[in-house]
Amino acid sequence: MSVDLQTVKKIASLARISVTDGDAQAMVPELNNILGWVEQLGEVDVSGIEPMTAVIPNTSRLRDDVVTDGNVRDKVLANAPQAEQGFFAVPKVIE
Amino acid sequence: MMTDLTNLTVAEIRDGFRAGDFTAREVAEGFNANVAAAKALNAFIVETPDKALDAADAADSARASGDLKPLSGVPIGMKDLFCTEGVQTTAASHILEGFVPTYESTVSGKLWAAGAGMLGKLNLDQFAMGSSNETSYFGNVISPWKRNDGGNAALAPGGSSGGSAAAISARLCPAATGTDTGGSIRQPAAFVGISGIKPTYGRCSRWGVVAFASSLDQAGPMARTVRDNAILLEAMSGFDPKDSTSLDLPVPAWEAGLSSDLKGKRVGIPQEYRVEGMPAEIDALWEKGIAYLKDAGAEIVEVSLPHTQYALPTYYIIAPAEASSNLARYDGVRFGLRDLPDGAGLQDMYAATRAAGFGPEVKRRIMIGTYVLSAGFYDAYYTQAQKVRTLIARDFDRAWESCDLLLTPTAPSAAFALGEKQADPLAMYLNDVFTVPASLAGLPAMSVPGGLDAQGLPLGLQIIGKALDEQGVLNAALAIEERAGFTARPDKWW
Amino acid sequence: MTESTYRIQGATGEWEVIVGLEVHAQITTNAKLFSGAATRFGAEPNTQVSLVDAAMPGMLPVPNRECIRQAVRTGMAIEAQINRWSRFDRKNYFYADLPQGYQISQLYHPIVGEGQIEVTLDEKDPDSATKVIGIERIHVEQDAGKLMHDQHPTRSYVDLNRSGVALMEIVSKPDMRSPAEAGAYVKKLRSILRYVGSCDGNMEEGSMRADVNVSVRRPGEAFGTRTETKNVNSVRFVMAVVEYEANRQVDVLESGGTIVQETRLYDPDRNETRSMRSKEDAHDYRYFPDPDLLPLELDDAFLAECRASLPELPDAKRKRYETALGLSAYNAAVLTAEAETARWFETLIAESARIQGKSESDVAKAASNWLLSELFGALNRLGKDLETSPVSPTQGAELLALVADGTLSGSLAKQVFEIMLETGDTAGKIVEEKGLKQTSDTGAIEAAAAQVIAANADKVEQYRGGKEALFGFFVGQTMKAMGGKANPKVVNEILKTMLG
Ligand SMILES: [Mg+2]
Ligand SMILES: [Zn+2]
Repeated sequence: MSVDLQTVKKIASLARISVTDGDAQAMVPELNNILGWVEQLGEVDVSGIEPMTAVIPNTSRLRDDVVTDGNVRDKVLANAPQAEQGFFAVPKVIE
Repeated sequence: MMTDLTNLTVAEIRDGFRAGDFTAREVAEGFNANVAAAKALNAFIVETPDKALDAADAADSARASGDLKPLSGVPIGMKDLFCTEGVQTTAASHILEGFVPTYESTVSGKLWAAGAGMLGKLNLDQFAMGSSNETSYFGNVISPWKRNDGGNAALAPGGSSGGSAAAISARLCPAATGTDTGGSIRQPAAFVGISGIKPTYGRCSRWGVVAFASSLDQAGPMARTVRDNAILLEAMSGFDPKDSTSLDLPVPAWEAGLSSDLKGKRVGIPQEYRVEGMPAEIDALWEKGIAYLKDAGAEIVEVSLPHTQYALPTYYIIAPAEASSNLARYDGVRFGLRDLPDGAGLQDMYAATRAAGFGPEVKRRIMIGTYVLSAGFYDAYYTQAQKVRTLIARDFDRAWESCDLLLTPTAPSAAFALGEKQADPLAMYLNDVFTVPASLAGLPAMSVPGGLDAQGLPLGLQIIGKALDEQGVLNAALAIEERAGFTARPDKWW
Repeated sequence: MTESTYRIQGATGEWEVIVGLEVHAQITTNAKLFSGAATRFGAEPNTQVSLVDAAMPGMLPVPNRECIRQAVRTGMAIEAQINRWSRFDRKNYFYADLPQGYQISQLYHPIVGEGQIEVTLDEKDPDSATKVIGIERIHVEQDAGKLMHDQHPTRSYVDLNRSGVALMEIVSKPDMRSPAEAGAYVKKLRSILRYVGSCDGNMEEGSMRADVNVSVRRPGEAFGTRTETKNVNSVRFVMAVVEYEANRQVDVLESGGTIVQETRLYDPDRNETRSMRSKEDAHDYRYFPDPDLLPLELDDAFLAECRASLPELPDAKRKRYETALGLSAYNAAVLTAEAETARWFETLIAESARIQGKSESDVAKAASNWLLSELFGALNRLGKDLETSPVSPTQGAELLALVADGTLSGSLAKQVFEIMLETGDTAGKIVEEKGLKQTSDTGAIEAAAAQVIAANADKVEQYRGGKEALFGFFVGQTMKAMGGKANPKVVNEILKTMLG
C-alpha cells in the first residue's frame, strides 16, 4: 500500500491539519518511506494471537457514583483563547 | 572553602543538608546560578529560580523544626511534559505556548510533597516525539558534551528528555523527571553519561502528563547515580485513582533494597540485539557489561527474543496511532494557540491552528497515525501491530524462564551531531531499536553509563527486568556503576 | 407475532417500510461516565465540567461503576446477552462539542449483546397484536457538549455541562415495519428503562432521543438504502419521521432517483426531514481501543447484584395482575405501562387490603377501577399526574374502604373524592364533618318513601298497572328526599314492599 498526493491531502484533512500543495507533495515520499518500512509486520505469522489489550495484565477499576468534581468554571475557562459569558466561543457553526 | 554543591548527588545533598553541612538555600542558589549561566544549552523552557528558593527556605525551616521530608533540600528539573500549576507547560510545542495549567500532575505533585523544589521546566522534543531534541518549538537542546576530535560540532543530547539529560550532565540540576514512551529516558541518559529508569508501566501516574502514546508513556527519574534514581523513583511512584492504568500496589523501598551482589541472578544476553552494522565500540561496551555482571556474581545466559526486529515498526504504528487521537484535543477551542484566518469556519480554524501549532515531526506522526487507523487499513496496520506486540511481550515471558534480567546496549551509537539525522526520519527512529521492545512490553528498564567511546562520548548499557522488578534492574545497574567507575563529565564550554 | 400490513401505496405499487432505531438513553447517575462532575439538568453553563470533561492536557478517564451497573441491569431486563469482557473504543472526529476530539464509546466489544423487546401495537387494546423487536446491542458512551448559535451574531458558544454524561446506546435490529411499530417500540423501551431505573425517559430534557433509520423496499425484496434521522425527541416525532421518510423515499425512487445513505434532521415545525449538510463530510471515525482505559471485566458477584436488584418488569407484572389479581387485560395493561402507575397502584391495594383486612386480590378490582376512572379522570381535569396527585394512595385506600363497608354509596364517594381533591382532607374527616354518611335507617327511608308515594298517586297507579319502568322514578325521588345519603339497596327493598 502506498499513498499518493490525494491520499495525503485526505489524511491531512481527516487530521485537521491544513497543508499546502507543497507540504503535501513533500509528505508523499516521507510517508511512503515510513509506511513501506512498517509494512514488514505483514510477514509475521499472527494466527491465533490476540491483539494486546493491557500491557501489564490488569482490568478496569471502577469509581463510585459520587460527585467529586466540577464547579470549577474559572479553571476550565482560564486558558481559553476566547471565553464569553461562561462559554467557550468559536466561529459560528451552521448545522 | 565549601565544595561546589552542584557537584553533589541527590543522596549527598539530602544527607549533607540533613547533617547541617550546608543549607537548602545554598544548594538552590548554586543550581539557580548554574541554570542562569547555561542559556547556551537551551535546556530550560521556563526557569523558576523563585520556586527553587521557596522550597529551599521551606526545607531549611523544616530542618529547624525537625520536620523533614524525603527530598527536603533537593532542587530538581521538571520535564515540560508535566503539567505544573501556575507555571507554563508547553510540551515544547507552539500549540501550547502560554498554556498555564490550573492543576498539578500527580508525579510532580508527589515530588513537591516530598520536599523537592523546582528549578524550571526542561526542554524536550515536541510532544516527546523525537530522539535528538531537535523537534522542540523552543529550539534544540545542545549537549554539554563535545567530541574529542576538536571539531566542536554541537551534539544531540538525545530525546525526548534531552533537556533533562543535558541539565543533569551539565550540573544545572542534580536530577530531573523524564518520560519514556520508546526510550525517551534511557537514550538521552546514555548520550550524556547519566542514569535513568523507566519503571513498569503503571508505576507512575500519567495524570497531568501531556499524553503522547497512552499505552507506552511512563514517567521516570534521571540522575547521575543509580541510588539517586532509586530515591526519586520512590517519590514519583504509587497508585493514583485518577489514572485507570495505574498499578494499585505499594511502592517498594528501592533505595533501602539496593545491593550490587548479583549472586543467584541470571542475566540474559538477547542474541537478536546484535544488529547488523552495530559499531564495534558498542559491542565492546556490551562485553564489558557482561564482564561486570559476572564479576558481581551473576550467571550469564544466551537468550532469544525472536520478534525483536519487529519491535520498531510495531512501535511506529501504535505510538503514532495513539498520538493522532491524543493530540486531537489541541484544536484552539479551550486552551493554547488559536489560528483563525479571516472568514474561517470552525473546521478551518482547527486545520489552521494545528498547521501553525504542530511541528513537522508531530504532523508526520499524526499523519501516520491517522492513516493506519483509517477505514480499510486498521486491521492491516493497527490490529496486526497489536498482535505482534503480544508476540514481543511473549518473547520476554519466555526469556524469563531462563533468566531474571536482560543486558543490552542502550542505543546503537553514541550521541550524533545535531542536524546529522534530521533529514531522514527513519534513521532517527532507529535510535530506539534497543529501547522500544521493553516499552512495548511495559517492562522496567534502565540505562547506566558503561564507558566512553573513542571520541570521548558516553555510552550506556541497558538493564531490562521483569514487570515490577525495578529492584532487580536498579541492583544490576548499581553493579555496573560500581565497576565501570564512570566519572567523566563534559568540560564546561557554555 | 404478526406480520405488519402497513404499506405505502406508490404510483407504481406497494412499498414496505423498514425501520431500525438507535436510542440514546441518559443513564441516571449523580456523576459523569468518566469524571466526578455532576449530571443535573439545567445548570449554569460550564459549571458541571471537570478538567477531564474539558479535555485538558494530561487528563484521564476513570469509569463510573453505576453506569456499568445500569447498562448491565438494562441488558438483563431485555433478556440480552451480558458480555463479561468488554472495552471502550475511541470514535475520532472533530467538533466543538467534543473536547477530546473523540467520543469514548464501545464499537468492537459492547457490554450488552443481543436481546429483545415485545411490543403491543395498541396498548389500549388488550387484543391488539404483539411483536418481538430484536435488540442488536447496548453500549455505553459519552454524551457531547452543547453548541448555542443564538447568543452572538458571528460566534457559537460551547457549554460542556453535558460533555461526558453517560449514555446507553440501544440499537434495535431493523425489525419494525410501520410508524406504529416504531412508536410502540420507543414507548415500551422507555417503560422498561423507567422500571429498571436506568434512565428517567424524559424526552423533553433530552435524556432519551432516537436516531431513526428508515428504508423502503418492494415487499419481499432486499433492504433498500437507509437514511438516519438524528436526535428525534418524542414518540410522536419518531412516528412522523418514519412516515415522512418512507413517503419521501418512495417518491424519490418512483421518480427514478436513488436514496443516498445520509444523516438527516427532523424539523417538527414543518414536519419534514432534511439532509444535514454540515455533517456530510465523509466520516472516517478511526475507531480503536482507548489506551487510557483497561478492559472491563464483570465478576459473578457484580452480575448477581445486578440481577437481584431488578424489579418486576412490565410484562411479568401485567400477567400477574391478570392472573393473581384478577384484573381485566385492559386494566392490567394500563396499570403496568408506566412504572409510576404500577407503583401507585400497588401501594393503593396494599393499603386497601390492610385497612379492610382483606387480601390484595379481594380489593384489587375496585381499586383498579377507581384509579383508572375516578383518579385518572380527576388528574386529567386538573392537569396533574400521579407524582403531583393531591390524593395519596393511603388516602385513596381509606376512601375505598368506606365504600366497601357501606359507609359511602358510589355517588357519595364521588362527592367525598371531589372534596378530598380540593381540600386535601381525608375521606373519614369529610364524611364526619359534612355528615355525608350513607344511611340505612329504615324508619327515615320508609317515611320518605311514603311521602313520595302519597305525592304521586297517578304514577303509583300506572306502576301497579304494569309500567314497571317507573320504579326508577320512585328510587330517584326517595334518594333525593334523603339528600343522597340513603343506602340505595335499602331504598330499593322498601319501595318494592311499599309499592307491592
Ligand atoms: Mg446513530
Ligand atoms: Zn451513540
